Amino acid sequence: MGATRIPGNITQGSTAKGGIGESTLRPDGTLKVTGEFAYSSDMWHEDMLWGFTLRSPHAHAEIKSIDTSEALAQAGVYAVLTYDDLPTDVKNYGLEIQDTPVLAHGRVRHHGEPVALVAADHPETARRAAAKIKVEYVQLPVVHDEQTALAEDAPLLHPGRDDHHAGHVPHPNVVHRQPIHRGDVAAARARADVIVSGEYVVGMQDQAFLGPESGLAVPAEDGGVDLYIATQWLHSDLRQIAPVLGLPPEKVRMTLSGVGGAFGGREDLSMQIHACLLALRTGKPVKIVYNRFESFFGHVHRHPAKLWYEHGATKDGKLTHMRCRIVLDGGAYASASPAVVGNASSLSVGPYVIDDVEIEAVALYTNNPPCGAMRGFGAVQACFAYEAQMDKLAAELGMDPVEFRRLNAMSQGTLLPTGQVVDSPAPVAELLRRIKAMPLPPERQWETAGESADVRALPGGLSNTTHGEGVVRGVGYAVGIKNVGFSEGFDDYSTARVRLEVVGGEPVAVVHTAMAEVGQGGVTVHAQIARTELGVTQVTIHPADTQVGSAGSTSASRQTYVTGGAVKNTCEAVREKVLELGRARFGSYHPAWATAELLLESGKVVTDGGEVLADLVEVLEGEAIDLELEWRHRPTEAFDLHTGQGNGHVQYSFAAHRAVVEVDTELGLVKVVELACAQDVGRALNPLSVVGQIQGGTTQGLGLAVMEEIVVSKEAKVRNPSFTDYLIPTILDTPTIPVDVLELADEHAPYGLRGIGEAPTLSSTPAVVSAIRAATGLALNRVPVRPEHLTGT
Amino acid sequence: MGAMTAVTLHINGERFSRELDNRTTLLDLLREHAHLSGAKKGCDHGQCGACTVLLDGRRVNACLLLAVSMDGTDVTTIEGLSDGNALHPLQQAFLDHDAFQCGFCTPGQICSAVAAIAEARAGWPSVVTAQDEPEGPVELTAPEVRERMSGNLCRCGAYVNIVSAVREVAR
Ligand code: FES
Ligand code: FES
Repeated sequence: MGATRIPGNITQGSTAKGGIGESTLRPDGTLKVTGEFAYSSDMWHEDMLWGFTLRSPHAHAEIKSIDTSEALAQAGVYAVLTYDDLPTDVKNYGLEIQDTPVLAHGRVRHHGEPVALVAADHPETARRAAAKIKVEYVQLPVVHDEQTALAEDAPLLHPGRDDHHAGHVPHPNVVHRQPIHRGDVAAARARADVIVSGEYVVGMQDQAFLGPESGLAVPAEDGGVDLYIATQWLHSDLRQIAPVLGLPPEKVRMTLSGVGGAFGGREDLSMQIHACLLALRTGKPVKIVYNRFESFFGHVHRHPAKLWYEHGATKDGKLTHMRCRIVLDGGAYASASPAVVGNASSLSVGPYVIDDVEIEAVALYTNNPPCGAMRGFGAVQACFAYEAQMDKLAAELGMDPVEFRRLNAMSQGTLLPTGQVVDSPAPVAELLRRIKAMPLPPERQWETAGESADVRALPGGLSNTTHGEGVVRGVGYAVGIKNVGFSEGFDDYSTARVRLEVVGGEPVAVVHTAMAEVGQGGVTVHAQIARTELGVTQVTIHPADTQVGSAGSTSASRQTYVTGGAVKNTCEAVREKVLELGRARFGSYHPAWATAELLLESGKVVTDGGEVLADLVEVLEGEAIDLELEWRHRPTEAFDLHTGQGNGHVQYSFAAHRAVVEVDTELGLVKVVELACAQDVGRALNPLSVVGQIQGGTTQGLGLAVMEEIVVSKEAKVRNPSFTDYLIPTILDTPTIPVDVLELADEHAPYGLRGIGEAPTLSSTPAVVSAIRAATGLALNRVPVRPEHLTGT
Repeated sequence: MGAMTAVTLHINGERFSRELDNRTTLLDLLREHAHLSGAKKGCDHGQCGACTVLLDGRRVNACLLLAVSMDGTDVTTIEGLSDGNALHPLQQAFLDHDAFQCGFCTPGQICSAVAAIAEARAGWPSVVTAQDEPEGPVELTAPEVRERMSGNLCRCGAYVNIVSAVREVAR
């Protein structure tokens, strides 16, 4: 074993083949199944130190003093850093608003906020030394909900705000507010035969990626630092890290290490700056690995939300209007709150046609844990509420809930509340039809030939709490809409570098991007695209790093679309260069070089008629073609701050779910028997991966429906930071998930594809809750649904 | 540093001997001292199964065992499963069925599955087979696989494919 472990060739040992549309295997899969894949927590350097973060035990307090002397005096301790040790004037960071202190300055605003750092020769030494840092706190009143946040005399989380939202918000404890007005709600409301309203609550969900935050910072001789890290967006990290360190960006060299899941939780920084600060201070490599407890404090969560909705409909089942108010708790720092507000407001109407709407979404600053990106953000919360409303309306009208939805479903050409036209297929009614047409799982599967019941098929399972008595089946449906890519005028682009050369007598393509592979299969797709566009078999995926331009974030379902699009675009440019070379070398031998449409296939230049003109190896003849190009999707625009109008989104993704549950109504136990999904993916570049993404998203939605919630006390303290108290679905909780994939091409997108990762997370949750409502007759306006909500105890 | 104890064990067939702090877990022995980072630390508290390895052929959570109690044992980790260049059938099946996404849980899942299949072949009942008092090998139906693999979390939600990968090898 060498003294250093850093990310290497992730395609090692892979024999994956195949172009787009094929279910090729992951090029990094061989390393993942052999245990050799180097995750961020596996990074290793000889003589490295271990970093530890001292965090605030209080949600809101003034820091009177910090005494680090005893900690520093411990044997094996190399450095103890506080706010006073930060090297430059840049002491905050943040995705959009730089309001997050690298280390607390005079005040802590949430439970678990970083206060000091320790580097020591052993993780335990670092932890013990941190415990010897004396911090004198004076606790302050806590802002923990809308009422306490918006009170006139409310303590301000960020007094003297000067960010770009500060000028238009109604209260300084509101991060961002987005209203949307369209049509004439009063007139439309007067046409309604039925009106239903409700208040809905979504609990705080955690990404709970299995590989905790971790990384290794290695100081370099040029005064810079090399950082090996698990993240979703290397260049966004870099933009935030470098100024705090006082280094030019080129001296902070970042390389993506193995990422043990992300789901939005790695969009913000965690230990990146901390490790670099300690490494630069000590002159030694520093590794930081959060344990599971710390991980619950180390990243932002899904915004908990309160949503008030009113819908009206005519007797014949046509929606008349919608009014809603969505309040998202952003916690102590802004993180992605503004974008979450944008999504929640602009998608609050769901995949339905409603011409008359009044919408308002706000995100609050509170002393609760900071919230930001999690799979489907903003749209997940809204979907739970509007789908509950759809069921209520259908019931009120005596209509079938699926038929009612189909009657009001949006389609291509529908005008959104923002005034934007949906200009690609929107097969909402078709997805609902398909999901309803799927065969239902057999009833009473616990009944056996003998006398005993098969408890595995019952709620409560092996706890043997029922043999079928009190068990009621329920079936529920839901459908949702998610935007794909970064919206609201953000310059959303990706960079791809592609090198084509002959190695060992065979043409080989090297694809180099900064895309964070977090498990979504982006590297699989990149290799497929290169094979298809360049006609090669051998594709090497270069480790993602900051030596190439930004690939944007692995979030917003955007990577296959945008970085995939960038890889395709660069490959096309490389192909043009190949053909230029070919024309120069062989053009005179065959007229087709000048006249025919030429392709690269199976290592050859061929005409579109299939005639072979030359071998790629001969054309290249020892030359390497190496191009790096940026590619961007169609521009979007910001929503008007008063009317909410604007072409804010570039693409949408639709999924529908049918949930079948069995509920032990006496004990309030739920077994999800089946969770079927139909989704339009535009074009499945890799059908195997597509189904895996849909099943994974569906499972996380199930978690939010019946088990996952970070419990925060009135004092704004996190009560359950462990896997024994924060439950995520196990293999036993996960039902069969049949998936029906529809492929209606979006003509604006590369290959017609649609970003797919988030949509299944939206509709899964409301479908499960709808099924539980059907089984129990209860209103259930809150997720997660707990046993006590079903038993009333 | 606390009290130290010498421990000798076999890891993937190779003798490993070291003087270790008594508080060192088997997982830290593997990851920090033997530099075998295949077994993952997802929680360090026996809650996630990412650290699953085989101890004398039986699956254990390496984070819950103290290294000093491992003297004289045989430990197999994910790195010891493949035979030279050829993948272990379960490694191949996980790859073929796309039974992972980020892959962080995968070393634990695969080690767990190796033992689960061996246990079923040896006729060990799981809780779900207990009522039938099986004689001879237990067939790994989907519910059996789910029950026997329920100690291994996968946040990416690759469970459906994990079931099919394990069943394929069990057949
Ligand atoms: S790390 Fe051992 S069970 Fe989670
Ligand atoms: S593959 Fe990511 S946790 Fe299982």
